[in-house]
Amino acid sequence: MTTFGTANEENSNLSRSESKAVRRRSVALLGSLIRPVRLRFWLTLGMVVLSQATRVAGPAIIAFGIDHALPSLAAGKSFPLVLAGVMYVAAAIATALLTAVYVTSTAKLSQAMLLDLRIRVFRHTQRLSLEFHEKYTSGRIIARQTSDLEALRDLLDSGVSSLASGLLFMLFTAFTVFALDWVSGLIMLATGVPAYFLARWYQKHSQIAFRESRVASASLIVHFVETMTGIRAIKAFRREPQNAERYGELTEHYRKVTVRSINLNGIFQPGLVLIGNVCVAVVLLVGGFRVLSGGLAVGVLLALILSTKRFFQPVDQMAMFYNSFQSAQAALEKVSGLLEEVPTVRPPKTPVPLPEARGQIDFHGVEFGYGNGKVVVPELNLHIPAGQTVALVGQTGAGKSTLAKLIARFYDVTEGSLTLDGVDLRELSTADLRRAVVMVTQEAFLFSGTVADNIALGRPDATREEIETAARAVGAHDFIAALPDGYDTDVNKRGGRVSAGQRQLIGFARAFIAAPAVLILDEATSSLDIPSERLVQAGLSNLLSGSDSGRTAIIIAHRLSTVETADRVLVVHDGRIVEDGSPAELISGGGRFARLHGSWKESLV
Amino acid sequence: MAKQTSFFTSIRRLYPHVRPILPRLFMGLLSALLASIMALAVPQVLRILINGSLHPGGPSSAVWAAAGVVLLLGIAEAGLVALRRQFVINPATTVEAKMRVSLYGHLQDLTVAFHDRWGSGQLLSRAMTDLNFLRRWMAFGAIMLVVTTLTVVIGVVVMFTMSWQLALIFLAAAVPIMINSFRFRRRFSLVTRLSQDQAGDLATTVEESVHGIRVLKAFGRSREALENFNEQAEGLRRTEIAKAKHQATFTLVVTLLPELALGVGLVAGVLLVSAGELSVGSLVAFFATAAVVAAPVEVSGALVAMALTAKTALDRHFEVMDIPNAITSPEQPKSPAELRGALSFKGAAFAFDDGAGLLHDINLDIEPGETMALVGITGSGKSALLQLVPRLYDVSDGSVSIDGVDVRDFNIEELRTAVAIAFEDTTLFSSSVRDNVLLGAPDTSEAALDEALDVAQAHFAYSLPDGVETLIGEEGLSLSGGQRQRIALARAIAAKPKVLVLDDPLSALDVNTEELVEARLRDVLRDTTTLIVAHRPSTVALADRVALLEHGRITAVGTHTDLLASNAHYRYVIASLDAAPKDLDSELDELEHELESEQRLNQAGEARR
Repeated sequence: MTTFGTANEENSNLSRSESKAVRRRSVALLGSLIRPVRLRFWLTLGMVVLSQATRVAGPAIIAFGIDHALPSLAAGKSFPLVLAGVMYVAAAIATALLTAVYVTSTAKLSQAMLLDLRIRVFRHTQRLSLEFHEKYTSGRIIARQTSDLEALRDLLDSGVSSLASGLLFMLFTAFTVFALDWVSGLIMLATGVPAYFLARWYQKHSQIAFRESRVASASLIVHFVETMTGIRAIKAFRREPQNAERYGELTEHYRKVTVRSINLNGIFQPGLVLIGNVCVAVVLLVGGFRVLSGGLAVGVLLALILSTKRFFQPVDQMAMFYNSFQSAQAALEKVSGLLEEVPTVRPPKTPVPLPEARGQIDFHGVEFGYGNGKVVVPELNLHIPAGQTVALVGQTGAGKSTLAKLIARFYDVTEGSLTLDGVDLRELSTADLRRAVVMVTQEAFLFSGTVADNIALGRPDATREEIETAARAVGAHDFIAALPDGYDTDVNKRGGRVSAGQRQLIGFARAFIAAPAVLILDEATSSLDIPSERLVQAGLSNLLSGSDSGRTAIIIAHRLSTVETADRVLVVHDGRIVEDGSPAELISGGGRFARLHGSWKESLV
Repeated sequence: MAKQTSFFTSIRRLYPHVRPILPRLFMGLLSALLASIMALAVPQVLRILINGSLHPGGPSSAVWAAAGVVLLLGIAEAGLVALRRQFVINPATTVEAKMRVSLYGHLQDLTVAFHDRWGSGQLLSRAMTDLNFLRRWMAFGAIMLVVTTLTVVIGVVVMFTMSWQLALIFLAAAVPIMINSFRFRRRFSLVTRLSQDQAGDLATTVEESVHGIRVLKAFGRSREALENFNEQAEGLRRTEIAKAKHQATFTLVVTLLPELALGVGLVAGVLLVSAGELSVGSLVAFFATAAVVAAPVEVSGALVAMALTAKTALDRHFEVMDIPNAITSPEQPKSPAELRGALSFKGAAFAFDDGAGLLHDINLDIEPGETMALVGITGSGKSALLQLVPRLYDVSDGSVSIDGVDVRDFNIEELRTAVAIAFEDTTLFSSSVRDNVLLGAPDTSEAALDEALDVAQAHFAYSLPDGVETLIGEEGLSLSGGQRQRIALARAIAAKPKVLVLDDPLSALDVNTEELVEARLRDVLRDTTTLIVAHRPSTVALADRVALLEHGRITAVGTHTDLLASNAHYRYVIASLDAAPKDLDSELDELEHELESEQRLNQAGEARR
């Protein structure tokens, strides 16, 4: 089983080598996030170290005050006391300032890394081909971009700084212990052995637990998103109880997994505390006997024990840090997997420029099959001259949409080539391609924002006037003008108050304003009533014949009214073109289209 | 922006959830306190032990005893740390899970109108991030806040016993800290609320960018989407940094002021000692205690910030939970003596929350078993009218009733069993074809499934990779628009409702399939009251009568033929031939021609009967 990309990401019990591979990927991602901000990273660490130093200075100044300033005061000299006071205040100010600065600096660091990752994941999901999006649940992409990033944030905020200061503190304390007595120092070092094994044990188990937790939280999110987007159907079919039960199970599973990971930490952290405390007892035992035999002064022993105790103080924080580190690693494993996915439809390295497309489309020996599955479109040769309006007709599942998607380059052909004005689609830059070819589908998705924003999606630099012209052209102006705020009405979530037909009209206005050389309409009028459809058609024919050269249109529709306006009809069957000609020719020819036309006529009474 | 409530008002709302686990939380608190006392006790115990009995030539039993005591204390400390987690983790996660499930349940119950307004990303962030944070605060932040406060209070009391003058100086620092903490609380609450809301909006943007990926790709607008996302993410980043700055300022104050007081205390203390009013030993002890107290004061900045964030998370949670569910079953539901399926609208009106009226004074009576087509131009309110029947929306005036009982008097569960609906945007769930079709079906037998699939002409389901067990929806096979629509239609049919509401259910079907579906549908609909939105004459043909909807009002009801003959608007909406305007004469001619052919058909029909 491969762990490349998002494959196998639901599995938490990976083999040793697989686990290593995903871990490496996740560490590499973390590294690549730190690299651009490494200067700030080191600066922040520097500030932590500095603030630690000024903090340590405090007690030293107090000691100075008591040991020196007090006697000198008795001797009539007040200067040392003033000095001690001033120094203490200075150290306090320095500590406070440095602490405040590094709190801000840590936030800047973590936010910069987070923003970087957010953008990377967002951009990458946008780049991934439809093929990927069709098989990877939207809820999981959302999980990757929300709760998984949250885990990284926890790591960054959990105090990389406290880790640094903790380490520094331990190092410093270890030195003092060694300086006092190397035997005790060795005892202290020996605790590294059980601590290491404990950490190994923790890493091994928590890795699995955190992976499970990522998977569990993702399935929770998937279910949540699916419910909220399908709420109408859920209500209408009384799915609430079953859904609630399922969500309850998922929540409980997530809770259990979370508790498991926390409990592991609940063994790890007290375990470290215990190791430290046992070490103190051993130092006392060994040192005590040496005191009895006169090998060690009592005062030294006291100092040793207090230092040993202090040595283990930061262990708490370090355990906490290690815990968030493990959690973030598990999350980054998933995120890096998503980032590893390669878009199957890629823009070319050196694109052939096509600033002014005319709209001539040619299929040369095109073959296509989804994934590695069976061939959907066998050997196809087709020439569509610029400016022609072509209707694709055929039964559901005949392959009409597939042809349309190939022309829009949602998919790449498996064999042969598909060209626009003689240039292979795969050699066009995304900008040129999308300016030249636009596809409008049945499901017109509206984004949060105003109606005007949604139309301007077709051409972001469009003026309000152009937007209104486009809306007028497809007959959408009247209903838009009647909305509470006209063009500035917020369409809310998924166009709550805009009907499906109105959404399609907005979708059309979008295409209209984009004014591409090749316009593909995939059942884009299915939800329209007849008058609206008529308006759209009038607008469409204006658009298609409007510019000097005219525009190419590929129309998939079930309605005769739409098909009849076409210059040419292609009847598609099993991915092949079985009839090709003008509507009149085909009707008189007595083939499939003629039969279809007959039943249409009947249906219209 | 929600109204600002005080910290305790918000936290108090957590109480009912927390009450069952209070004893365990208290035990956790006790463990935490004991653990810190253990940690503090060890040095004192050591001092006594070592100074008392350890000296060259002393008894070895003393060493064993000392080491034994230290070991025991050490084990106790580790044990208490572990115990704190054991006491707290399970109950805290249980509270989290319960709140999450109740939020989900509430969201499911809330009206469709609510969901129209709220982005699912915004809801998601409340269900996941906010509640996660709340759990961590309950299990850690809240307890540490209490422990810290207690430590400081006890420490200050101890300091007073050593030197009241010095303790007063130290305490003087608390006054500006208090003042500052009020300001901090106010400002930080605002920023943290903003950041949580922005995070929610960002999640909504992510959600839309994923669900609208086809449109973004079709128009090549990924870059604009990215820019928009970038802007939002950048806004969130700035808010987070502003948040950190507020916290930094507060941390600065709580770190600096006690230390400044100690600096003054040092000078004063030395002066006091030299004046003979304080012993050197007390001075040393005072500063040792002050060091113990200062550390928790410093972390209080972070702890207070955490508490305020938890408060905001709670506010956001209850903001949604407090929205009343406007569409609920009545306390004493009624049901008709016999469910026959007579559907009637009486003066029904519908308006959006903001008062924009969509439907006005709808009066319509549909007989049991009758099929009524609803015709009107895009935006005339057809879909809204349909959704009044299963109470996805409620009328704002008038009533909708089934067999004489107002739909609002029905038990909702019962109402939605009696009424099934197929939407214009089909929603399929991540599940098998079988589960999707039998979603609301009373009879889940193989025969019922086959029949529904057959009526909807969805035979393609059998030739999917795993037949009717094939997973479809988001996590499975993606189907074409026509296929999806037929599954959704099969679902509505399999529910075997008394009242069937269909929103243009055949729009994505090709003409042949449509014909086949209609032929079968006619059979099935015989005993079912049906209200069907139609855009085509072919769909209207299914209906016994047609209602014409114009600007939210029913302007005509009659048979297709009648309306075609008598109503110009109807002809405008439904007549598809000859888009070009014609003069009146030829239109009349055509009408006559149509009537003739209609009559011929009728005669032919009668003859056949």
